[in-house]
Amino acid sequence: MSFEIDIARQLGATDISLVLSSEGGVTALFGPSGAGKTSVLNMVAGLLRPDRGQIIVGGECLFDSAAGIDLPPERRRAGYVFQDGRLFPHKRVRDNLLYGWRLADPASRWMTLNEAVDFLGIGHLLARWPRTLSGGEAQRVAIGRALLAGPRFLLMDEPLSSLDAGRRDEIMSVIERIRDELRLPILYVSHDRGEVERLASRVVELTASEQREAE
Amino acid sequence: MTAEEWDIILLSLKVSGVAVLATLPVAFAIAWLLARARFPGKLLLDAFVHLPLVLPPVVMGWLLLIAFGNNGPIGRWFAEWVGVTFMFRWTGAALAAAIMALPLMVRAMRLSIEAVDPRLEAAARTLGASPLRTFFTITLPLARPGLLAGAVLGFARSIGEFGATITFVSNIPGETRTIPLAIYGALQIPGNEAAVTRLAIIAVLLSLGALLVSEWLARRSGFGKGGHVL
Repeated sequence: MSFEIDIARQLGATDISLVLSSEGGVTALFGPSGAGKTSVLNMVAGLLRPDRGQIIVGGECLFDSAAGIDLPPERRRAGYVFQDGRLFPHKRVRDNLLYGWRLADPASRWMTLNEAVDFLGIGHLLARWPRTLSGGEAQRVAIGRALLAGPRFLLMDEPLSSLDAGRRDEIMSVIERIRDELRLPILYVSHDRGEVERLASRVVELTASEQREAE
Repeated sequence: MTAEEWDIILLSLKVSGVAVLATLPVAFAIAWLLARARFPGKLLLDAFVHLPLVLPPVVMGWLLLIAFGNNGPIGRWFAEWVGVTFMFRWTGAALAAAIMALPLMVRAMRLSIEAVDPRLEAAARTLGASPLRTFFTITLPLARPGLLAGAVLGFARSIGEFGATITFVSNIPGETRTIPLAIYGALQIPGNEAAVTRLAIIAVLLSLGALLVSEWLARRSGFGKGGHVL
């Protein structure tokens, strides 16, 4: 499963443009803050419309300005793990986890609640409110919520940035297991070189107004 | 408390209840537009909605008389197509109360809609929710305490409505004589102090109760306390 991305978008004074072609694994978008890394993820997720270009994931076209294709976010099957977790504060952990699962077509689900709970070790949290979780717990629930929606690929926006060192390592091994055991392609945004070197099979560097690619 | 006074209280509750229920969807739609939409004339709509808050109530009543009177353009349309008339009727009292409560309801609802984090709605979309489902499962539940607080506040304002009501629908016993109008009427006749006192106490209790409920709803965050969401 591959990412074929060629997009451009102007946001204020910043020109964000990216050409990227990768074969599965973890593809890291690396660069300083303000370079438009999150905007790229939002464009792939369908939350931000590129000015022009093409987004193809695993052979399925999600966006093509020339052909007039622009799938809405709910039809892109992107598992988006946000920097800030974004758990729904009015739902307990269990209902957060099942939010996307309940909406997914049964044929596109590939994980049950129990499997996700075991995979992430969050069984003891199911009855809790998001507000009562620690940062690491909340991020694991957020990852579980994304996996349970039956995504074809994952988008991760600095999922470790709000965690302390111990929690970082723990979530990093979860991401490695998603990469190696679940074999889900991941587009991973980070500004931390160590993180990128450990996780990514391919690194794309984004700078403020231009981007260049490095293996 | 006499039977007549009970009728006055029940009429007040009916007028205010109908006023709030009928205004709820309108107030919500306006609050939504002001909180989320961008369109030309937004400032004008904002000012227009707040007009009843600053206009002399007697002017509002007079405007209602012109527009919703039996010969008014809107009044005639309502009589013909909906079968409802407003002049000198309790429906008119409810209409006046609704117009006067609208700005307060819109303000409270707008604040509660603005407090909903659009990033949570974006998260719901990526999890497979359509815009409509996102609205009903994320936006509305998160805004609900504020919406209810706005409704209760509107109810309290309706209970106290006087100027526009007496101008538009007069002070007719059993039809438009709500608590404030009854107090005003009773004050015109010497020796009615006991009735005035009883009705005034009821008015204070109803308003105070509504304000307390509204405040409680607005403060109630629910969803588990303490800790943090990442």
